[in-house]
Amino acid sequence: MSNQLDLKKGLDIPVKGAAAQKVVKTVKPGLVAVKPTDFKGFLPRLLVKEGDRVLAGSPVLADKQDSRILVTSPVSGTVAQVVRGEKRKLLAVLVQADGKQEYVDFGSKVPATAGEARDLLLKSGLWGSLIQRPYGVMASPDLRPKAIFISSFSTAPLAADTEFTLGDRLADIQAGVNALGLLTDGGVHLSVNKAVFSGSPFHKVEKAIVHSVSGKHPAGNVGVQISHIAPIQKGETVWTMPILLVAALGRLINTGKLDLTRKVAVTGPVVADPAYVTALPGTPVKELTEVPQDARVIGGDVLSGETLGAEGYLGFFQDQLTLLHEGTEREWFGWAKPFRPKVHSSSWCYFSWLTPGKKYEMDTNLHGGPRAFVETKCFEDVTPMDIFPIYLIKACLAGDIEKMEKFGIYEVLPEDLALCDYVDPSKNDIQAIIQQGIDLMIKEMA
Amino acid sequence: MAEEKKPGLFEKGGKLYWLHSTIDAFDTFLRVPGTVTAKGAHVRDGIDLKRVMIMVVIALVPAALFGMYNVGLQTSLTYGLDWTFWHMFWYGLLRMLPLFVVSYVVGLAIEFGSSQIRGEEVNEGYLVTGFLIPLIVPVDVPLWMLALAVAFSVIFVKEVFGGTGMNIWNPALVARAFLFFSYPSSMSGSSVWVSKTWVSALKDVDAVSAATPLAIAHDGGVSALTSQYSFMDMFYGFIPGSTGETSVIAILLGALILVWTGVASWKIMVSSVAGGLLVGWLAQVGGATDIPCYYQIVMGGFLFGSVFMATDPVTAAQTETGKWIYGLLVGALAVVVRLWNPGYMEGMMLAILFMNTMAPLIDHCVVTAHINRRAKKVKTA
Repeated sequence: MSNQLDLKKGLDIPVKGAAAQKVVKTVKPGLVAVKPTDFKGFLPRLLVKEGDRVLAGSPVLADKQDSRILVTSPVSGTVAQVVRGEKRKLLAVLVQADGKQEYVDFGSKVPATAGEARDLLLKSGLWGSLIQRPYGVMASPDLRPKAIFISSFSTAPLAADTEFTLGDRLADIQAGVNALGLLTDGGVHLSVNKAVFSGSPFHKVEKAIVHSVSGKHPAGNVGVQISHIAPIQKGETVWTMPILLVAALGRLINTGKLDLTRKVAVTGPVVADPAYVTALPGTPVKELTEVPQDARVIGGDVLSGETLGAEGYLGFFQDQLTLLHEGTEREWFGWAKPFRPKVHSSSWCYFSWLTPGKKYEMDTNLHGGPRAFVETKCFEDVTPMDIFPIYLIKACLAGDIEKMEKFGIYEVLPEDLALCDYVDPSKNDIQAIIQQGIDLMIKEMA
Repeated sequence: MAEEKKPGLFEKGGKLYWLHSTIDAFDTFLRVPGTVTAKGAHVRDGIDLKRVMIMVVIALVPAALFGMYNVGLQTSLTYGLDWTFWHMFWYGLLRMLPLFVVSYVVGLAIEFGSSQIRGEEVNEGYLVTGFLIPLIVPVDVPLWMLALAVAFSVIFVKEVFGGTGMNIWNPALVARAFLFFSYPSSMSGSSVWVSKTWVSALKDVDAVSAATPLAIAHDGGVSALTSQYSFMDMFYGFIPGSTGETSVIAILLGALILVWTGVASWKIMVSSVAGGLLVGWLAQVGGATDIPCYYQIVMGGFLFGSVFMATDPVTAAQTETGKWIYGLLVGALAVVVRLWNPGYMEGMMLAILFMNTMAPLIDHCVVTAHINRRAKKVKTA
């Protein structure tokens, strides 16, 4: 018998361009990027130089604060270029793949103790996939978290269907869960989509506390689930790991190889034939899909994804690409029209509610100008957590640490309030405000 | 060599930069801005404040149209004129038009100027305020007084706080309060609520009394009231009063639009009416008045205030529990003022302004209680 969690609040954004459940190609990349910017709280120190040969699993970067934490190469090949940005900030290490895909052998010993599990994660470069809450930064190897949470599904717009992408990797996921269980005393919590619960392969996972979760987005967000299952208090730490990387950890244990290959959902209204491709993280966007002129390429979903650009590379955590049209056109009397069939609104001030099943060709237009907050309950309706979003947002703006603590800053990451960005009639960037609050907390509480 | 881009006429550094906010306001009024998302969610909902505010204006239209007809009706009744429906409506429309023009011109001019000073885009909040003000002042109010009241309220109640979204009190109500306390002779008494300016200038006629139901009930109790106006008169709105407030039906139509679109909180509306009924009933049972409690709802500006003024999302309580408390107290206080204040028979304006002041306190209590409950829950978990 699993634990039930039914969330009433939330919103599923009806974007057109869901990926069909088929893999259209397997990308063998030429150039692959290792990006330190994928990992929050990671200060990169370069371990290789141009011309060095690396294998899949060879360390490329180490953390300046804790040299045990490594970031490794997903391919075998030669280091081609070190890309730096302003103030010589390290942006990426480009590896020219040799096409042979040779792996470092990490041995196929199943970790039996916490120390072994930790060492395996650290030297394989998978440590970075453990995210610590509060704050959403890379986990610290010296801590023992209260619990570890894994969400086996995503409710984000057009997100990859994990049943399709990982349904056949149950053995890997089980091995990953077993190893993670060594790192905590509170157990590994795994949440499963209630809608497909009995059909879902993930409810068969053992040695995990399984929760059956239902609801609109953000019900699939691990942060929302934690806040209902075991809210984080001041001083407590929990870890989360995306199911995608749990499977990678399991494969590492089962085969001794760091194989980060994943099915990537290529989605969005401007994609001609949205479907899945098999690829490694760091693969150039252009090799994953054709990018139309003037399209915005997002690694991840439309709410919290990262703008990669047509020249960008798929991120370490990403198993989705979304392509959107840049909405720079100006619509005459947009706000005054009784009907705007091309624009979705969750507000009943428009008539989108008449066509509940309709999918929209959304673009990146802001649909208005920035204003001061005029709260009409819209934030609460899309935030299925026991917090007052508007008060938390205002505390973050004011930089008031004490109030941020009280209003629940420990429980949220920007992605959990991403829908507030969407519904706000005043067009504030709520996620940026929350991130600003979290950054202040990290700075002040360190 | 990179050529330096010359700033546009209305851009920073351009010759007419001082008109930037104004031009931008008109420009974005006509066409949705072409701005794209820079950070945060990449796609956004079609809703913006322009749409929200225009919904409130649409919700006010039934009350405004009926009010215009009623202005003519009351004048023709008072002076015994034999007017047709369209005659009454046109009279009301022409009497109201200058009020709308003054309200919008003065208010928007200040709003545009202030936005320019702050370097922001013009906020749409005044679309609603400017429409509300003519509906809650006497039709015959001198236009210079109205201009003064609008200027006072927009500058001192809104702009000094930072514009729409930052204000503490409802600007439309403060404009009315300003008139009431500065020019009481034009704002109270038994004759100000029926338009007579043009009629008395044209014709030498004697007016019959045109006191509002509220005034009659205040002076003579329920028997005096029912001898002049029936409950249904007040429900339909064929009574003297400020233009927007008289018809319960028109206001309920507006309420329906506001609640349907989610722009205003139904919780505030319901709890305000409940608060008014409760105090009205207690007073009746306790013998303080012989007016049945449901009369309190249909007389005067009670319902108009509950639906359109108390629900202003900026000045009302913001927490859902707080909205219940806030609404209940607005309604209760309004009737308390009506019944126990000898000098001033309409309590709605003061009740809402007072509760606007108290709303942050209510929210503070609700939020503190929530935090304590959360802390307890986490401890036991």
